[in-house]
Amino acid sequence: MAIGSARVATVPPRRGVRVRELLDQERLLGPAFVTPALLFLGLLVAYPFAMAMYMAMSNSFIGRPSHFIGLQNFVALWSSDAFRQTFQNAFVFTGVAVVFKLVLGISLALLLNQQLWLKRTIRGAVLLPWVIPTALSTLGWWWMFDSLYSVVNWTGINAGLLDPPGPNWLGQKYYAMTAVITVNVWRGLPFFAITILAGLVSIPKELYEAAEADGASPMAQFWHVTLPLLKPVLAIVVLFSTIFTFSDFNIVYVLTHGGPINSTHLFATLARQVGLESGQLGQGAAISLYLFPVLVFVVWAQLRFVRKQTY
Amino acid sequence: MATVQRRPVARRVMMHLLLLPFLIFALFPFYHMALTSLKTDRELYDRASVPLIISQGPTLDHYTKLLWDTAFLTWTKNSLMVTLLATTVSVVVGTIAAYALARLKFFGVASFGTGIFVTYLVPTSLLFLPLAQVVNWLGLADSKWALIVTYPTFLIPFCTWLLMGYFRTVPKEVEECAMVDGATRVQALFRIVLPIAIPGLVCAVLFAFTLSWNEFIYALTFTSSSDEITASVGVTSELIRGDIYFWGSLMAGAVLGSVPIVILYVFFLDYYVSGLTAGAVK
Repeated sequence: MAIGSARVATVPPRRGVRVRELLDQERLLGPAFVTPALLFLGLLVAYPFAMAMYMAMSNSFIGRPSHFIGLQNFVALWSSDAFRQTFQNAFVFTGVAVVFKLVLGISLALLLNQQLWLKRTIRGAVLLPWVIPTALSTLGWWWMFDSLYSVVNWTGINAGLLDPPGPNWLGQKYYAMTAVITVNVWRGLPFFAITILAGLVSIPKELYEAAEADGASPMAQFWHVTLPLLKPVLAIVVLFSTIFTFSDFNIVYVLTHGGPINSTHLFATLARQVGLESGQLGQGAAISLYLFPVLVFVVWAQLRFVRKQTY
Repeated sequence: MATVQRRPVARRVMMHLLLLPFLIFALFPFYHMALTSLKTDRELYDRASVPLIISQGPTLDHYTKLLWDTAFLTWTKNSLMVTLLATTVSVVVGTIAAYALARLKFFGVASFGTGIFVTYLVPTSLLFLPLAQVVNWLGLADSKWALIVTYPTFLIPFCTWLLMGYFRTVPKEVEECAMVDGATRVQALFRIVLPIAIPGLVCAVLFAFTLSWNEFIYALTFTSSSDEITASVGVTSELIRGDIYFWGSLMAGAVLGSVPIVILYVFFLDYYVSGLTAGAVK
């Protein structure tokens, strides 16, 4: 703070000096600069979050006064088949999708890191699914998985991979989950590939030269040079993706609406159905809050393992 | 010599061949979407026709129907208004917050930084139910203003986090020089730091624009009447009536609803690539 005021003293006095002097002091300018952000986040994130806690512990119903009922909602959910199914779906969906995105993402990043013609265009094409509005691109997938006119089935049948008429993608339990995961992988892969590529580019070339001089095969180089050095980037990408895959809403809502028979519901889509479509706000809020432990874990892991390196 | 020269080329071709499945996976849905939007209904619902090409001539019927028979233009206008206002507010608020976090020392700066990072990770689907109540209390139920007010909740943390990284790369000495010459801190910020950080600002604007244009769950929850909804919500809910799907118009809507983002994307591709990695890695 002493440094701040010493600086002010070097400024020759002019008109309006007092306000400027005040603004020049870091301990005043700092809070002034973060206040707008604090207001937004306090009113529209922290406060709703506190409300979510309260709603989840009440028997709140749209258009009716509510009473505090403690943890009843959280417990009662376990006797609901739909919720138990959703809980299981969330882990299957996130687990499978993140593993696929990671493995395919590393492969794609390695390919993008090679000498390529039209490098920029190829990168652009690869990143495209990530920038297009998900709700709209999922409509395209919906049509691709249509029960009568599915282009996926048409191609599969004509390539001799599927028996006609092919699976009813969105109407059968496991196929529907496969479809939802496919779209999630399609949308999330660019984020993995481009971020991992950035990590790859930052690995010093000398390490590979040294490994090659020692006679390491490309496979050995990958396992002993590339992968260990990529670890921090991989950790960040996986943590990020875990929270956003777990809390996914758009893809399931557009593609299956959680069906058939809840087999693709995730916490967010079930929360909407219970909280808004059937009006049980309390129960809906409780379902949303099941996302919270995952969020806490990801934040904890990020702060503990990842951010430590930058601060 | 010939073999030595041919080898890298063969390897290159090989790499491109390996990339091909990834490219098809990434692009085919868009190709199919655009194709469907240009087909006549007769061809679209003919199970004997090949779905991968247009054989009965392209038509713009679905587009004209979308533009004149639905409120698509209103939805797009809503999307634009919400996106532009939310982006402006978020980039301004995010810029000054990021500057304070990256450069100034004051009470609580560290915990505020952590707070921003935590809110950056809070998914929108965790808060949409209570936020709907807050929106009601603010008197903004079923209004696009509800979106303009709530979008900054995820845009500000993003912009702040992104810009903090950029501000840290501006050498402190440059700023201090200006202040020794009599500029105030605020002047130094606007005349020295911001011009250097322009690539970061462009990135923040692009991402804020894209994230709000693509936002879906808040728009779906807080707005419902045809005059207030955004393009994503309009296309996904208003074009689907009961069990009859107008696939042609639906795909036309998906294509047109993506156009603003595609235009930005084509011009600023490199910023998207660098912003994507900066947001996660920095």
